[in-house]
Amino acid sequence: MLRAAFGTIGMLKECVSMSLSNILNNRVRSFLTVLGIMIGVTAVIALITTVSGVSGSLSSSFSSMGAGTLMVSITGSDLKSGLTDGELSELSGLDSVDGITPTVSLSARVSRGGSYETGVSVSGKSPYYFHTNDEVVARGRALNIVDCDNMSFVCLIDQDMVDAFFYGVDPVGENLYIDGIPFLVVGLFSDDGTESIASMLSGSADILMPYTTALKMNNANAVTAFTVYLSEGADSEAAADRIEASMDAMFSFEEDCFTVTTLSGIEDTMEEMLSMMTALLAGIASIALVVGGIGIMNMMLTSVTERTAEIGLKKALGALPWQIQAQFLIESFLLSVIGGLTGVVLGLALSFGLCRMLGAEFVLSVEAIALGVGFSAAVGIVFGWAPARKASQLNPIDALRSI
Amino acid sequence: MSAEIFFEMRGINKVYRMGDEDMRILKDVDLDVAEGEYLSVLGPSGSGKSTLMNIIGCLDVATSGSYILHGRRIEDLSEGELAQMRSREIGFIFQNSQLLPRLTAQKNVELPLVYAGVPPRERRRRAERMLERVGLTDRSGHYPNQLSGGQQQRVAIARALVGNPTILLADEPTGSLDQKTGAQVMELFSELSAEGRTIIMITHDMKIAAHARRVVHIIDGELQEGGGCEDA
Repeated sequence: MLRAAFGTIGMLKECVSMSLSNILNNRVRSFLTVLGIMIGVTAVIALITTVSGVSGSLSSSFSSMGAGTLMVSITGSDLKSGLTDGELSELSGLDSVDGITPTVSLSARVSRGGSYETGVSVSGKSPYYFHTNDEVVARGRALNIVDCDNMSFVCLIDQDMVDAFFYGVDPVGENLYIDGIPFLVVGLFSDDGTESIASMLSGSADILMPYTTALKMNNANAVTAFTVYLSEGADSEAAADRIEASMDAMFSFEEDCFTVTTLSGIEDTMEEMLSMMTALLAGIASIALVVGGIGIMNMMLTSVTERTAEIGLKKALGALPWQIQAQFLIESFLLSVIGGLTGVVLGLALSFGLCRMLGAEFVLSVEAIALGVGFSAAVGIVFGWAPARKASQLNPIDALRSI
Repeated sequence: MSAEIFFEMRGINKVYRMGDEDMRILKDVDLDVAEGEYLSVLGPSGSGKSTLMNIIGCLDVATSGSYILHGRRIEDLSEGELAQMRSREIGFIFQNSQLLPRLTAQKNVELPLVYAGVPPRERRRRAERMLERVGLTDRSGHYPNQLSGGQQQRVAIARALVGNPTILLADEPTGSLDQKTGAQVMELFSELSAEGRTIIMITHDMKIAAHARRVVHIIDGELQEGGGCEDA
């Protein structure tokens, strides 16, 4: 019993070494055969690892933003275009709402000295915005309540504006003309860092000013977009419901006047999109695997034909059909797995590069590696089956006759 | 006590279908071989001797007739059982030695044992012993293309012997050798016969056939007992 088991293991070991020598003796052909599998696995691994890296960084930046944020945008009804200060402070007073910062966007012509720029995006904010995002102000001061109450012509500008209008001059304390009105630059802000998601969603601005001033410049008196910051640990869905209820009342229960978006909802949607994209691309990549499999089958069939004499000889020496089949299966399996492993290495390298480029964190995904190796092994066995079976069923006399 | 039949062929026919015609390659062949016998089957090409060899070697099955080897009726065996018979009972020696070019002499000799399921260590030991028997111990690590024709044929003989088969079945064993090395190989066969091996040699060469103690002729698929050694 034990002897037979050792014999079988010994036979399989012999098959492995014979297969390896066959593969190595036909280096160019083996390489070309394996190329399909290699490309397929490379694509699958690179895709899966890169996407999981990107979505990992996305969700981590979402969670660092705090899921405790709601975005409200108002389309308004015929009677009411937006919310007043009073209504905003009513919403601020709601349970689990920490504060509200309106966003009033406008596009302005900015000039100073002889130079000007049109279409500069300007965003009106409340002091609360600087309270929650205290790292936004790089130099100078933030906007305060007095600025807002007085609709002061003060602003903060980002590095782009500094580069455009204040070459060699300290901008803080200087004037900048926005749509012809002189604004005092009180500080500099930087929009990189934690604000990336919010600025991605609301559009990044080059200039920040009091929202009251921005409203006046827009000839508007109501706020149509704002961000709600929830108190720590608050349930964002419940808070969204509460805000919707209050706002429904403010808009006299007319339909479709506003939308409340939770960041977790956006996150879900984005992850869904990402995973759909992954599935789609992986599907396309797996076509390469199937094509690679067909390549292996083709090579194995050729190999069976070429080695008819060898098969006949082995049969004459007492090889059983399953032993012949095992040898060819092992060969196509090894061929395919060698391709798969190379693909895994290439795919990981590619994904590492991509993640570096995209600024996402590279995560070694064990599942992806297992998938790549497993899939290529399966391809080797599935597509090696028919040729191996053909070899095992060769009539030894016909096979020997070709000697 | 009824002794187990060692080798008995009765009324063996082999018919191949070639297009619309039936080709009768072997016609009612009767053949008995005793254990330890050294037999030559002598015939020109196309006489059916290769077909006979295939049937003796359990590579092929007769169309009709009965063939009993070592007490087993070959006609009744499945393909797997035929492979087992080849593994246990037959040691093939082909005209062109038929060594696998990518295996060393040692590995070539081990090959039948691989399929017989012999564990690696014992395989190695037995192969070494057989290479020693054919006088090639110092060549065991060589590849076939590093060996002379005579050496290759001796490796093939070692390979045929390693499974300790009932019958050594040789097909034109000197066919591709020059006279001198051919004679050396025939010498080896004589020694093996003297050791008690049963040898069946298929050849078209009367000089080679004459080495055997018994010669049968095969002409147009019919077997005729040729008596002892005929003059060449």
